[in-house]
Amino acid sequence: MDTILKNEFFRRFISILLLIFVWEIISRIIGDKIILPSPINVSESIKYHASNDLFHHVYITLLRVITAFFLAMIIGSAIGIVMGRRKKLDDYFDGWLILALNIPALVTIILCFIWFGLNEVAAVLAVAINKIPTVTVIIREGTKAIDEKLVEVGKIYKKSRFEITKEILIPQLLPYFISAARSGLALIWKIVLVVELLGRSNGVGFKINEFFSMFDTTSILAYTLVFVLIIMSIEWFLVKPCEKKLTEWRL
Amino acid sequence: MHELNIEIKKKIFPLKTQNKEGKNLIFKNLNLTIKKGQFVSFFGPSGCGKTTLLNIISGLDKDFYGRVHQWSKKSQNIATQDITTQYSFSNISYMFQTPRLFPWLTAIENIKYPIKKKKNSEKIAFELIKKIGLEKYKNEYPNRLSGGMQRRIGLARAFAPNPNILLLDEPFISVDKKISNSLRKLLIKLWNKNKPTIIFVTHDLEEAIVLAERIFFFSNLPSKILLDYKINLARPRKENSKAFLSLKKLLSSKTRYKKNNPDSNNRI
Repeated sequence: MDTILKNEFFRRFISILLLIFVWEIISRIIGDKIILPSPINVSESIKYHASNDLFHHVYITLLRVITAFFLAMIIGSAIGIVMGRRKKLDDYFDGWLILALNIPALVTIILCFIWFGLNEVAAVLAVAINKIPTVTVIIREGTKAIDEKLVEVGKIYKKSRFEITKEILIPQLLPYFISAARSGLALIWKIVLVVELLGRSNGVGFKINEFFSMFDTTSILAYTLVFVLIIMSIEWFLVKPCEKKLTEWRL
Repeated sequence: MHELNIEIKKKIFPLKTQNKEGKNLIFKNLNLTIKKGQFVSFFGPSGCGKTTLLNIISGLDKDFYGRVHQWSKKSQNIATQDITTQYSFSNISYMFQTPRLFPWLTAIENIKYPIKKKKNSEKIAFELIKKIGLEKYKNEYPNRLSGGMQRRIGLARAFAPNPNILLLDEPFISVDKKISNSLRKLLIKLWNKNKPTIIFVTHDLEEAIVLAERIFFFSNLPSKILLDYKINLARPRKENSKAFLSLKKLLSSKTRYKKNNPDSNNRI
């Protein structure tokens, strides 16, 4: 037993079991499916929805998440790098950035729907616009932290601007990219749901709104759980291994 | 004649804190000529502008009046105050005070970095890592290696492009004596192969005498050359030999530095 507990994987497994156990106990104490259905109810609901249209909606939401994610990462990083490298531009636009950071997600979403109509472009754009400022801030800080002394090494050996960016700047920014990606993924999928609830007729957010009108808590949790699991697997099987590979030199 | 000519009319350090004269004048009318393949040392107190001079020669610092040119065929016209010419030397290498290795590259990748585009870079890098005795560690990241090993790799990287001019800025500072001795031996060994022009900055007189064929003694700011001395001791030079000790005594008596005012003591 003692040796098993030393295994990290095993401890994580125990922790999940514990969570399900606590959930079951509380749902039994409450005894009302509308307030808190039990894990068994939810798993049955997942099974039911899976044979219906669950994966269709999950797929659509996932597509929106991924598109908005890459849009936000690319635009946010580009602005962040420029602002980090150019002090003057940073002075000019720092105020704008703070303003953008403080606009509530809901406001951006509604404005996008008003300006561009209730369509896919507006939906994805609204999500990306919400995320861009945070990515910009993280990448700007990373760019400011770049070690100029290493850039000088590149200059001595007559590397071009492109080579210096690729070989010296980007490797130093990687940890910041990863942290922006990680926080981005978590934030974006939550905003996507709100967007779907407000102005789309498909996707997880739309379905949750539908279940809400029927007080179907079990289905809400079923959909949520499936989507959370997908986002978590992206973190575990994609982001984490990438991070490990890219930053192994830091150990 | 293949020479490295340095003519600096004026170099001011753009600091807000100013000294008594109201400006941070580092060099005024400084002229040096260094023969091809010579091992030269710049010796002087901390903060006398030695690093600044290396940065000017390397082209990293272009903010000065004057010019630096390599292998000149008789200088055509004398540099005026308004001309700044830094000929981009095609094959220069620089080893800094800290090794400045890329932490995300392995030892061998670091050595290969300056010559990455060449076809035989792999072979050159491997030969160098063998020469510095670290072939066992070729796939290790710098953070996992000792300070002495990191400096060996830095030295190998500096020699990788087979430079015409190699600048070294107190490269063996802050490692213990035994290791710095072995690094010096390694430097001489690598230099002997193709004999690039070396400029070695130090504030350790013993180190300058062990390594250099010629020592330039720099004054405090504004920096001038106090003495230009040729060293004729045979190699390998032993720090405890009679000739070495008497030369060291002679040179340190000739170049006694005045106590400089405390604020100019800061590093530049």
